[in-house]
Amino acid sequence: MEGSHAVAEAVSLCRPQVVAAYPITPQTHIIEHLAEMVADGGLASEFISAESEFAAASIVLGAVAAGSRAFTASASQGLLLMTEVLFNIAGLRLPVVMVCANRAVGAPINIFSDHQDSMALRDAGWIQLYAGSNQEAADTIIQAYRIAETCELPVMVCMDGFFLTHTFEPVDLPGQDTVDAFLPAFHFARTLDPTRPITLGGGSEPDNYMEYRQHQHQALVSAATEIENVNLEFAQTFGRDHGGLIDAYRLEGAEVVMVTLGSVMGAVKDVVDSLRGQGQLVGALRLRCFRPFPASALVTSLCDTGCNAKRIVVLEKALSVGADGIVVTELRAALHNAGMAVIVEGFVGGLGGRDLTIEVIESVFRTASDGVSTRCRFAGLKPESGDQSTMGES
Amino acid sequence: MDVRDTYRHNVLTSGHRACSGCGEAMAARMVTDIIGPDAVYINATGCLQVFTTHNQQSAWQAPWIHSVFANAAAVASGVEAAMRANGKDTPVVVQAGDGGTFDIGLQCLSGMIERGHDVLFVCYDNEAYMNTGVQRSSSTPHAVRTTTSPPGRLSEGKHHLKKDVISIIAAHQMPYAATATVAYFPDLKAKVEKAMSLKGPRFLQVLSPCPLGWNHDAAQTIQVSRLAVETGLFPLVELEHGAVTGVMRLARQRPVEDYIKLQGRFKHLFGSKGGAVEIRHLQALADARIRRYGLLEADTEWTTDTANQVQRRGRGGYARVSKGESQ
Repeated sequence: MEGSHAVAEAVSLCRPQVVAAYPITPQTHIIEHLAEMVADGGLASEFISAESEFAAASIVLGAVAAGSRAFTASASQGLLLMTEVLFNIAGLRLPVVMVCANRAVGAPINIFSDHQDSMALRDAGWIQLYAGSNQEAADTIIQAYRIAETCELPVMVCMDGFFLTHTFEPVDLPGQDTVDAFLPAFHFARTLDPTRPITLGGGSEPDNYMEYRQHQHQALVSAATEIENVNLEFAQTFGRDHGGLIDAYRLEGAEVVMVTLGSVMGAVKDVVDSLRGQGQLVGALRLRCFRPFPASALVTSLCDTGCNAKRIVVLEKALSVGADGIVVTELRAALHNAGMAVIVEGFVGGLGGRDLTIEVIESVFRTASDGVSTRCRFAGLKPESGDQSTMGES
Repeated sequence: MDVRDTYRHNVLTSGHRACSGCGEAMAARMVTDIIGPDAVYINATGCLQVFTTHNQQSAWQAPWIHSVFANAAAVASGVEAAMRANGKDTPVVVQAGDGGTFDIGLQCLSGMIERGHDVLFVCYDNEAYMNTGVQRSSSTPHAVRTTTSPPGRLSEGKHHLKKDVISIIAAHQMPYAATATVAYFPDLKAKVEKAMSLKGPRFLQVLSPCPLGWNHDAAQTIQVSRLAVETGLFPLVELEHGAVTGVMRLARQRPVEDYIKLQGRFKHLFGSKGGAVEIRHLQALADARIRRYGLLEADTEWTTDTANQVQRRGRGGYARVSKGESQ
C-alpha cells in the first residue's frame, strides 16, 4: 500500500471530525484519499478545502478549540506558510495532529525530500515524531492522537516525502474496534462552549508571559514519558514496537554509532550489517522523537547498556545554514551535559532528495576522525563541487 | 447562579481598556448584546482584542478566542465545522478591525465565504491601524493623514482610495452583506438581527470612529459617525446574493466639509491650494457614492432623519428578553 494511503487510512481510524488541508507535493495523496473516504461516506468528517495552508492550520485550530478531533497535513513551503499558526496552536496548548511529508525548502524550489521544513519548526512547541517506514507512519498517527490529547500538546508526524509517501510497502492496518479501544473519544477541557464561557488567547505582559512559556516547556519535556508509555501500550495492543523515543540497532559493543532520522535508517541498518560482517564494531540509532529532545535516552543508549561508542557520526538531512547540522549540535550538547567526552561528527546529506546511497553511508562510517569534530561536512556532494575529501568537506 | 442582567446581556462587559469615545467599543457592545452570549466569538488581533483581554483578565461573558491577526475567518471556519460535526447550531461570530478584514485577513475571509461557512463576520472599520498607532490601511480614505501617509511637501496625505470592501465581499454572491454605523443603532440592530436570521456566510461592516486616530473630540463619536453617512461618504446599504436590496435614504446631503472639519486627520487640507483640490476630490467621491446607490431618491422606510425615531423596546432598547421569561 502507498505510504500516503496507509496514513490516510490510519487517520480515518482515529475518527477525525474535521479535516482541513491545502494540496502540496508530496503530501497531496494523503488528503486526496481522505477526501475520497469522506465523499464515499466511509469517514464521517467535515472535509474542508482551505484556500491556503495558513488557513488549513487555522481551521484545525478552531475545530480543536471547539472540541473536535482534527487533522491536517502539509510540507515544505506549506509548512512554512503555517508557521505563525503552528506556534499559536502550541501556545494555546491545542492537541492538533498533523503530518509533515518532509520536503526541501526553496529557493531553489525542489519537491524532493529532506528535513529542512520540519526542522525549521523545531522551536514551535510541537512534539515531532519521525517515521522510519510506512507501517510506522500509520501506527504513529494513532499514537499521536493519544499523546496529543493526554498532554494537550500538538504532534507533528514527519514522514519522508516520496521515500515514504509515494512508496508501496505492506502495511498492516488495525481494526476499527481495536483503535477505538486504544483511542477514546476526544473530550477537550477548555472547549468553546456557551454554557461555560472561557476566553482563549488573551493578551499577556512581561509579568506572566515567561511562566506560560515555562509551563509549556515543562509539558513538552514531560511528554517524553507519555511517548514511551503510549509506544509500550501500542506494542502490547497491536504487536508492533517502533521504539518510543529512539530506535536503536546493534548498539551492543558498538564503537562507532551512526545517528540519523527517518526512512534512511533502512539503508543504514544494511550498512551496519555489512560492516559488522567485516568485523567492524558499528551500530546505528534513529531518533524517532526529535521534540522533546530525548537527551537522557540518547546518553543512556550511547554510553550504557553495552554500547561503548568512541565515535558518533550524525547523518542528517537538514542544517542550520551558517552554523552546523541541527541534530549534531543538540547531541553534542546532551553528551557534554552528561560529561561524555565522545567525538561527535556531523554530516549533512540527502538535501533536496539527493540519494543517500549505501556507498555514501559506508563512506560516512569510514571517514576517519580528523579530531576536529565541530566542522560541518556534506555527505554525497558531486566531485566537481570543489571539495577535497571524499565527503565533500566544506 | 446566573448573575447576568436580564435585560442586557453584557457580552462585552464594562471595565475594559478602550479609549474614551471609542467607536469600536460601542459597536462591539451593541453587536454582541444583540447576538447574545449563546454564540462563539472569534477575534482577530487588534484594538478590540487588546482592550478586552489583558493579563488573565477578560471583558467577555461568552466563549471567545483569539489566535493571530490574519486568520480569524479561518478559525471561525474550523469552529463552525466542529459545531456541525457535533450536531450543534451555536452561532459563530467573527470580530475584526479593518486591518483584519480589508488587508491581512482578506484571503481567509474570502475562503470562508466561498466555502459557505455559517458565520457572521463583523468588521469594525475605523479606517486605519489604530492599535499600532494610526498607520494607513487599505480602508483609510483618500487624503487622510496617518503616521504612514503623512502630508508633506510632496503629499496631501494618503494617495489612494478607500477599498470598496463591501462590493468585494458581496461579489461572492453570499446571503447577506451590509454596512452600518454606531450613529444609527436601530438600523444596526435590524441588520444584526437580519444577519442572525440567515444561514451561511454573512458580513457586516460597521463604521467605528476612533477619536485618537481620527483626532476628533471623544464626545463627538456619534456625530462624526452620523456625518459620514449624511455626506454620502459612507453609504448604509444591504446586499443579498450580490444585489443591492436596501439603502438608507439621505434626508438631505451634507457637504463633506461638515464631516472632515471635525477631524484632525483632515486638518492639513484646510488653508492650502492643494488641500482644496483634495476636498473637491472627496466631495466628488461622496457624490459618486450617492449616485451609485441612489441615496437621495431611494424609496425607503427610514431616512437619516427618521432612522433613530423607531419605537424602542425594553430597558436600554436592545436586549432580547431572555429565554423562559414571558412578557
